[in-house]
Amino acid sequence: MNLTLRVWRQQGPQDKGRMVSYQVTDVSPDMSFLEMLDMLNERLTLEGEEPVAFDHDCREGICGACSMVINGTPHGPQKLTTTCQLHMRTFKDGDTIDIEPWRAKAFPVVKDLVVDRGAFDKIIQAGGFISAPTGAAPEAHAAPVPKVDADAAFDAATCIGCGACVAACPNGSGMLFTAAKITHLGLMPQGQPERDSRVVNMIAAHDEAGFGGCTNAGECTEVCPKGIPLTTIGRLNRDFIKASTKRP
Amino acid sequence: MAIATAPRVKTPLRTSVGLKVLMAVTGILLVLFLVAHMLGNLKIFVGAESFDHYAHWLRDIGTPLLPHTWYLWIQRGGLVIAVIAHIWSATVLAMRARAARPVRYAHRGKVQGSYAARTMRWGGVIILLFVIYHILDLTTGHLNPVADKQHPYANVVADFAPGRWYVTLFYTLAILAIGFHLRHGIYSALRTLGQQTKRGERRNRAIALGVAVVLCVGYLAVPFAVLTGLVS
Ligand code: HEM
Ligand code: FES
Repeated sequence: MNLTLRVWRQQGPQDKGRMVSYQVTDVSPDMSFLEMLDMLNERLTLEGEEPVAFDHDCREGICGACSMVINGTPHGPQKLTTTCQLHMRTFKDGDTIDIEPWRAKAFPVVKDLVVDRGAFDKIIQAGGFISAPTGAAPEAHAAPVPKVDADAAFDAATCIGCGACVAACPNGSGMLFTAAKITHLGLMPQGQPERDSRVVNMIAAHDEAGFGGCTNAGECTEVCPKGIPLTTIGRLNRDFIKASTKRP
Repeated sequence: MAIATAPRVKTPLRTSVGLKVLMAVTGILLVLFLVAHMLGNLKIFVGAESFDHYAHWLRDIGTPLLPHTWYLWIQRGGLVIAVIAHIWSATVLAMRARAARPVRYAHRGKVQGSYAARTMRWGGVIILLFVIYHILDLTTGHLNPVADKQHPYANVVADFAPGRWYVTLFYTLAILAIGFHLRHGIYSALRTLGQQTKRGERRNRAIALGVAVVLCVGYLAVPFAVLTGLVS
């Protein structure tokens, strides 16, 4: 396959940045999207040009690093698929593909397609944890968990924190990510002691980081590689209302 | 044992979720008003006397406990507060959303969300302009060709006369804008207030669509009845 890529190039946080066109030839349909970019980068290196910087780590869809917006859709056209798991056979010979970084104030561009997603860490630090005593692990059956709750918590816990929800949201909101964590921890007995402070503090950190508010538009869940449902946001809202109307 | 971490937010209403809750509660109050207002309007099909009598009764609700028109003014005060709170929270959130994406995408992907969801902000502005016009027309009478305070039936009939087709057109567009606003708004409000199951989501979408359609039909029935001579 021969393709035209239009890639966002930005030398550093201060640079203005622009889209730059590249031709890539002899792309195999069996390559992953990142392998196609590796091929481009090898050529750019040989030609003495700066390769395109992009984030990646596991390349098996579990780390959430491979953040890029492909033709206007975070992680590209295939549902429930990270960029690293996207294959070139989803494109046609002769296609033009636009590749841009996540666009959000809370995710500033570091270089080219690499953004700093540290704002998510700030949200996690504010409440994405449980406090547990150290020492020997407790007996696993000591705290029974209903099967439906365990399943729902696990589904929410599959969030890999990639940030596609923010990239897709018309409001640049990080609500789906935050809601996934609230749901995952709030469904477990171990997550109860901090349930109230967690939601309030995570929302405070979310707003402080410069994310927008949710308008239930639903763009986030469409692009989420893990299919985190929009209903988790309802759960977050309910926890928030309960926590902030409770008398101490 | 868990360490008790105190919530550090002192003003939950200013957070993005708090503002949404305010928008949802005030929005639902306004929807309840819209339902009552529509039922009142439909009295026009019973006849001029019934309609005018209803309009006068509105001024007597609460009597003799409250003096004449007091209840009406209390309700108007409540509605104004709800509208201001609704628009205030919408504006703050819209400004935050704009700031949250300083650099736009060169390639905008196809949007999954509904038309209604994408037009909440501009739709809201159109609705506000309409509400102002509507009050000047049928409440104060400034923009009404007849403006007879004692006979609102006559005012309505004059308003939507075939010669004033542009009034009917504007009215129709505004009502459709309200329909779109509520189709997403009611669904969104219920989610904001904590609805969190898949089944509930389907139910809420149906409720939102149903209420939006009923309100549109109910409100449009009056001008079209006048236009076609069914009410004269
Ligand atoms: C200038 C007037 C108005 C503006 C600017 C406005 C704006 C908005 C915005 C931006 C939203 C958020 C939508 C979202 O979550 O995606 C909203 C929600 C809503 N609006 Fe309005 N609106 C206006 C008037 C009205 C009126 C007159 C009604 C009722 C008849 C109404 C009912 C609602 C409801 C029920 C919601 C749902 C609240 C929620 O999102 O949780 N709005 N409005
Ligand atoms: S590189 Fe780890 S999820 Fe794509």
